[in-house]
Amino acid sequence: MTLTVNDLRVEFDGFVAIDGVSLTLEPGRLHFLIGPNGAGKTTLVDALTGLAKGSGEARYRTRDLLALASHRITRLGVGRTFQTATVFEELSVLQNLDIAAGVHRARWRLMLPRRGAPERVAEVMETVGLTELADRPAGVLSHGQKQWLEIGMLLVQDSSVMLLDEPVAGMSAEEREETGELLRRISPGRTVVVIEHDMDFVRRFADVVTVLHAGKVIAEGTAAEIREDAQVQLVYLGEDA
Amino acid sequence: MSMKKLSPYVGWLLLAVALLVLAPAVLSDFRLGLLAKYCCYAIAAVGIGLAWGRGGMLVLGQGLYFGIGAYAMAMHLKLADAGPGGVPDFMALYGDATVPGWWEPLRSGAFAVVVILVLPALVAGLLGLAVFKRRIKGAYFAILSQALAAAFAILLVGQVKTTGGANGLNNFQGFFGYALFDPANKRMLYFIAAGILLVSILAMAWLYRSRFGELLVAVRDGEERVRFLGTDPANVKLAAYVIAAVLASIGGALFVPIAGIVSPDDVGVVASIGLLAGVALGGRASLLGPAVGALLVGYAETSLSEAFPGSWSYFQGALFVLVILLLPGGLAQLLNARRGNSVSSRFLRGVPRGKQAQAELPRSASEAAPEEAAAR
Amino acid sequence: MDALLAQVFTGVSAGAVLLLIALGLTLTFGQMGVINMAHGEFIMAGAYTAYVVSLVVASTELSLLIALPAGFVIGGLLGLALEASVLRWMYARPLDTLLVTYGVGLVLQQVARDVFGAPAKEVPAPGWLDGSIPILGYDFPLTRLFIIVLAGLCVAALLAVLRFTALGRQIRATVGNRDLAETIGISTRRTDRATFFIGSGLAGVAGVALTLLGSTGPNLGTSYIVQAFLVVVVGGIGHLKGTIVAALGIGLLQAFFAHALTGSVAQVIVFLAIVAFLQVRPQGILSVRTRSLA
Repeated sequence: MTLTVNDLRVEFDGFVAIDGVSLTLEPGRLHFLIGPNGAGKTTLVDALTGLAKGSGEARYRTRDLLALASHRITRLGVGRTFQTATVFEELSVLQNLDIAAGVHRARWRLMLPRRGAPERVAEVMETVGLTELADRPAGVLSHGQKQWLEIGMLLVQDSSVMLLDEPVAGMSAEEREETGELLRRISPGRTVVVIEHDMDFVRRFADVVTVLHAGKVIAEGTAAEIREDAQVQLVYLGEDA
Repeated sequence: MSMKKLSPYVGWLLLAVALLVLAPAVLSDFRLGLLAKYCCYAIAAVGIGLAWGRGGMLVLGQGLYFGIGAYAMAMHLKLADAGPGGVPDFMALYGDATVPGWWEPLRSGAFAVVVILVLPALVAGLLGLAVFKRRIKGAYFAILSQALAAAFAILLVGQVKTTGGANGLNNFQGFFGYALFDPANKRMLYFIAAGILLVSILAMAWLYRSRFGELLVAVRDGEERVRFLGTDPANVKLAAYVIAAVLASIGGALFVPIAGIVSPDDVGVVASIGLLAGVALGGRASLLGPAVGALLVGYAETSLSEAFPGSWSYFQGALFVLVILLLPGGLAQLLNARRGNSVSSRFLRGVPRGKQAQAELPRSASEAAPEEAAAR
Repeated sequence: MDALLAQVFTGVSAGAVLLLIALGLTLTFGQMGVINMAHGEFIMAGAYTAYVVSLVVASTELSLLIALPAGFVIGGLLGLALEASVLRWMYARPLDTLLVTYGVGLVLQQVARDVFGAPAKEVPAPGWLDGSIPILGYDFPLTRLFIIVLAGLCVAALLAVLRFTALGRQIRATVGNRDLAETIGISTRRTDRATFFIGSGLAGVAGVALTLLGSTGPNLGTSYIVQAFLVVVVGGIGHLKGTIVAALGIGLLQAFFAHALTGSVAQVIVFLAIVAFLQVRPQGILSVRTRSLA
């Protein structure tokens, strides 16, 4: 199930944040979105998840995401994380995941108490390595662990498109490594899009890289191809590229 | 079950023994009648605990729903007193001694009960839909709900002929066939109020443990995050708000035969905020706190007003300032601290100011800044 | 035609009263996030200030002119005291300030009751506000005209302070970005206090003005505060222009419905109109966040 973005434009009071972006996000590969600050990376994700209003088209499973409310987009299978990991700090890791898993439950079952960890939740806790912390409040987790919990929340929802906004920012080298491996483990069968600044990380894990600059796609290809691209070098002048 | 899971039920059991065994044994009929009144406030308080404590919605206008229940019950009692086809006494006094059409259905006791349970749910549902779907929240929601209670009270005062105006409705003789002057029936009313209070707390205990309870806390602490997990937070808030409204209405309906009167003073802004006092004192987010707090505040109001007339305003004012400022978790916070599991709720501690701006300002805020500056 | 003009005038003058009250709230609520329910009691304090001044100053002609600045200072000082003693600890919990300040308001009401007694006090209006002037065949009472002018002057003064003074720049900077304001050396604590002083002072001025319309009792403020908050909500966060439009709009709406129906029904209709309005234009209260949802 491919997510096709066609001529997406996002404007804030005359300021054009996304200027006619077309993208094809295919399942089964790690798709990285890079670009200097203000290039429109987060805005692109915002537009695809109903947080920012955009024109154009974002077709997924016969629906246009741009016309849907945020929670419906999630229910369609398009999930996202945020730059600053946002988890429910007072609720336990298990509760956080269980709430995320709620999309697949009938509504009346909300009235029942949760007993233990549902199978899918337990599985995901294993995948993201938080099983031991299941009953700790999410607020005490480290920055990296919170990011994993957020990714876990998408996993229990079985999102087929995951839009991750700088998941490894602020992580230690080992945590980055582990996150990269985690992303590789989960990417088969789903579309994983990662916004990232760290070019080393991009080179190590990206299958496809799209470079955004001033609201436009200026290059797309493998990490190696992007590296050789003259226009990208110009944009990243002075930066590691 | 672990101790932690059991402890609320131990507290509930203690409260049940105190209300159903101890109080009737030691209190005079007059005092028991007062306690029955506090129980009515406490039922409304239990709902406020759900909406405000767990859901983070500062419901400033619960007097509206308390009033819907109270007036529906009062109208039925007046009609029942007047007998089949009769006209309530005050209508002859103020009006032309005809019963308005919208009063008529309330002659039926069963219909009155339906109104008490369904009408607040409808009103809260409509208002909630209008407000929560448009993402109106926080102070804005509080102010709107308060204004609604104010408007309701003003409307009641203005319609002397059909609602008794500022005097309200009073002088009820019977309650579903039982004479209200009979002390035995008054005791029965007390047991009904206390029983419903205890049952509503149990229902809350269930709700708090259910997935809905967890989701509600999640909405309180991260409404937008919940949206991106595929649940419309408006629906979650709506459910909690409707439940709170129905509980307030039940409290109001029981209040009428117990207090013997309902007037716009019981439903307006002051009364509505008064309902919050007990919830804040007992602990808004705890299970037993709202009910126990409401009972305590009711008791304090009566005894202070008896001992030092005029002092209640000072006391209630001080209570709001001190509890909210120093003990936002209420008395429950003290208990928790003693047990060693200190409250670390961001909801109660608050958010540092810089972060707040980041969290609360609309996205377009930065873009709209020039326009805003010009407007100032 | 006359009836219409009369309603417009009634509406505008009711709007001017609302505006006087809401101006201070726009500052403290809109710009500082504090929901100050005691604002109503600051109004009451302003009204009692006018009463005390009228007792002290023999000349009825002068007493109003003395009472206006006195009311501003009294209201402002009360606001300062509230900010310094209670609110400064509560900025992390804006919603909770509502209940705390409500408690403070209760205490202030009881103080007024204990000091001045429960019965309402009359403040004599100066002779130069007696009577009315005819405009287009309708007699405009001078007191109401005075309040409209006073509201206009207060708006102008507030705009001037915010736009042209150093304090105004500091207030705007602090509201815009608190952290940044601090790093460039603005004392945000001092700015908070100054904002609160001005906002509460305006409540005092409103209180003095209200003595021209009716008697003064301990509950004076409570009857206005709910509506004043609605004005701020409809006007949008901290938008001075929005507040002006909202105050006049609500005043006019009230006047028209009160004329066509009854005062109490009018209030209910205006409330419903506000809810409906917020359905169409929730701007300023629409909260959408990105990047971080913390």
